[in-house]
Amino acid sequence: MREIALHILDIAENGIAAGADTISILVNEARKDNLLKLEIKDNGRGIPSNIFKNVTDPFSTTRTTRRVGMGLSLLKAAALRCDGSFDIESEPGKGTKVSAGFRFDHIDRAPLGNMADSVMVLIAGHPDIDFIYTHIIDENDFVLDTSEIKKELEDIPITDSSIMLHLSELIKNALKDIELKGKMS
Amino acid sequence: MAKLSIQDLKKIKENAAKGISLRQEQGRIKVTVHMGTCGIAAGAREVMSTLVEEIAQADRQDIQVVASSCMGMCSSEPNVTVQVEAEEPIIYQKMTANKMRQVFKRHILLGEVQTDFALAKM
Repeated sequence: MREIALHILDIAENGIAAGADTISILVNEARKDNLLKLEIKDNGRGIPSNIFKNVTDPFSTTRTTRRVGMGLSLLKAAALRCDGSFDIESEPGKGTKVSAGFRFDHIDRAPLGNMADSVMVLIAGHPDIDFIYTHIIDENDFVLDTSEIKKELEDIPITDSSIMLHLSELIKNALKDIELKGKMS
Repeated sequence: MAKLSIQDLKKIKENAAKGISLRQEQGRIKVTVHMGTCGIAAGAREVMSTLVEEIAQADRQDIQVVASSCMGMCSSEPNVTVQVEAEEPIIYQKMTANKMRQVFKRHILLGEVQTDFALAKM
């Protein structure tokens, strides 16, 4: 994966495939602590314990189209090679939480990349699922909760292409804002 | 916590209001972007965001975009399936932003299947 934002998109898709109706995405750029932390949480059906023990093994998968499953193993490898950490917790029936940490200035750390597009594509492809996206840069943060947006939009579908583009622009600007705020303080 | 302001939401709503009358025919055309790990690593996100841009530019509300999982053809990702009404779905392979634009303008808007990029008919 060329961007960490693509890992996030991938792991979020796993949650959706597990039947979740809400996905929480947290990106925490603790630049002062030289850390980049991710957390992707879903309320899907969780991972059965017999599968869980091999969940980051690329040759273990529940998919039926092929015998390899790369998503979690790729993220784990990416985090660990950046002096980082990886953790997955899952409770059958309740959901799954995937966390990963990267040393922020590690030379092998992929750029965070285009989070606005990753989030936009998730919303566009899954109109019935709610996404709560929180992005922290040091002490400033930004939250986007699609359930609030849907309420405000009433009968207009959130997937309307003009709304999608607007949302993507909004996220880009919000991220610029919180980055700037940090630099000025 | 910085949240979306009411103003932002109002703006979003205003932006959408213009298309309401056209929305009855929603879902006449369905475009599926396959978003497995393989598709995402190969560039499916750019393909999908290009598709959303093209739909907004063409101001069409009858085109439904769907993300689905990998269909087992990882080596030909990013794959996109286009289904126009009752016609047979066409799967496109090795898509890029530019190929997506061409498929949108030719196949989706004009009905000309782009056989050069097609993988199969379903």
